[in-house]
Amino acid sequence: MDIFPIIVVIAFFQLAIIQKPFPQLNQTIFGIFLVIMGLFIFILELESALFPIGEKMANEFALKGNPWWIIFFGFALGFSTTIAEPALTVIASKAGNLAAGAGAIVNTKSSVANFVLGLRFTVAFSVGLAIAIGVIRILKGWPLIWFIMGGYSLIVLATFFAPQEIIGIAYDSGGITTSTITVPLVTALGVGLATSIRGRNPMLDGFGLIALASLSPIVFVLGYGILVYGVSGS
Amino acid sequence: MNIFEILGSALSGTLLDILPIILVLGFFQAVAIRKAIPHLKQKLIGLGLVVLGLGIFIVGLEQCVFPIGTQMAQQLTELTFLAGNDSARLEALQNSKHIEPGIYLWTYVFAFLIGFSTTLAEPALIAVAYKARDITTGAISAWGLRISVALGVAAGVTLGVYRIVMGNPLHYYIVAGYVFLLIQTCFAPKQIIPLAYDSGGVTTSTVTVPLIAALGIGLASSVPGRSPLIDGFGLIAFASLFPMITEKLSKRKEIE
Repeated sequence: MDIFPIIVVIAFFQLAIIQKPFPQLNQTIFGIFLVIMGLFIFILELESALFPIGEKMANEFALKGNPWWIIFFGFALGFSTTIAEPALTVIASKAGNLAAGAGAIVNTKSSVANFVLGLRFTVAFSVGLAIAIGVIRILKGWPLIWFIMGGYSLIVLATFFAPQEIIGIAYDSGGITTSTITVPLVTALGVGLATSIRGRNPMLDGFGLIALASLSPIVFVLGYGILVYGVSGS
Repeated sequence: MNIFEILGSALSGTLLDILPIILVLGFFQAVAIRKAIPHLKQKLIGLGLVVLGLGIFIVGLEQCVFPIGTQMAQQLTELTFLAGNDSARLEALQNSKHIEPGIYLWTYVFAFLIGFSTTLAEPALIAVAYKARDITTGAISAWGLRISVALGVAAGVTLGVYRIVMGNPLHYYIVAGYVFLLIQTCFAPKQIIPLAYDSGGVTTSTVTVPLIAALGIGLASSVPGRSPLIDGFGLIAFASLFPMITEKLSKRKEIE
């Protein structure tokens, strides 16, 4: 389990370095229990129920589908898996509360909820778009590096105009989105596509969808920040 | 709110979160593939359990993992902890306006260890490492790959923590990282480019991400002069950028 080393490091620091008892020990232990149990049920069932359907579908589309269907499927898959990503849910709501606390948005329940929902939809839309573009890239066999360079240039450009309140969240969103649910389904689509098209190398063309899916949210969340807060400096 | 109310609202929330996936898979199955889903009843029970597990997990993240990250950051940056038992030093720290970045040594060590240990145990990375070893028939060793990525995450998170303490703009660091990465890409063997770029996203798991984010937000709230909204985010960005650099470095060496 990937939780175990976290517990070891934290317990070591709390007891040996800080040398104080854990604050709220009961709540922490109960929380760890919830995390382990929830993650266990969630991953187990994800692997036995959802992933086989998704992977089989990705493979079938890759084998015989018409290109427009595959592109549309890529977009829908990217969008829907990102909305479900738990880390994004937790961090988006944290960002909403912080923004309200700092007075960057109106501090009412509905305005925070709108900000959070807007953030999650922005990220999900941009992941969907990235997968769709990535699918076109695999179909056409264009080199990945063009898209990476283009993406980085857009990020740098958008950073000039973005207010500083959004930059941190935007840069983080790239790493947050590609997680437990998105990665296996999207990788299956990419490798399945590259394997079934003649003249494509799965190593060279199959990977790279995740790379695009971690780039494009940065650009779009920067854009979302400009929309919500206004252009920096104004 | 008691824990059951929280759990209840989380469950209805996750049902909505998972609904798009169900709709997408159902729609494409019905319209484009036009075959019945095998073992439908079994799959539906599985989906119910996915929603339940996800709901419990999110409550655990919000009620436990996030507070732990914030508490560790606060405890490690408390003036009484920084001064040790030295009361003269405590007074000097309380009176000085500018705090030396070197004083947060234990925070850097904590950030490094959390980044390293969690990445080494990351299941997604283990899977990718074995796949890479098999594809290259052993030219890339699985352990070498895992250690190089874990070192990358550890170095990234540590540098990110240092940035929060200093209060420098995030994009200076990240853009410099991009430039370095692009230059490196020009010299890297063509086969590893997509895998290396993907690895940045894979390394940070669902548990590590909230913990590291909470660490950053906690730090930015307790280090004097920092704003959690502006300085608190960014650690994840460091943790995804650095493995791409270290992984390319190590693979380049091993392949050649």
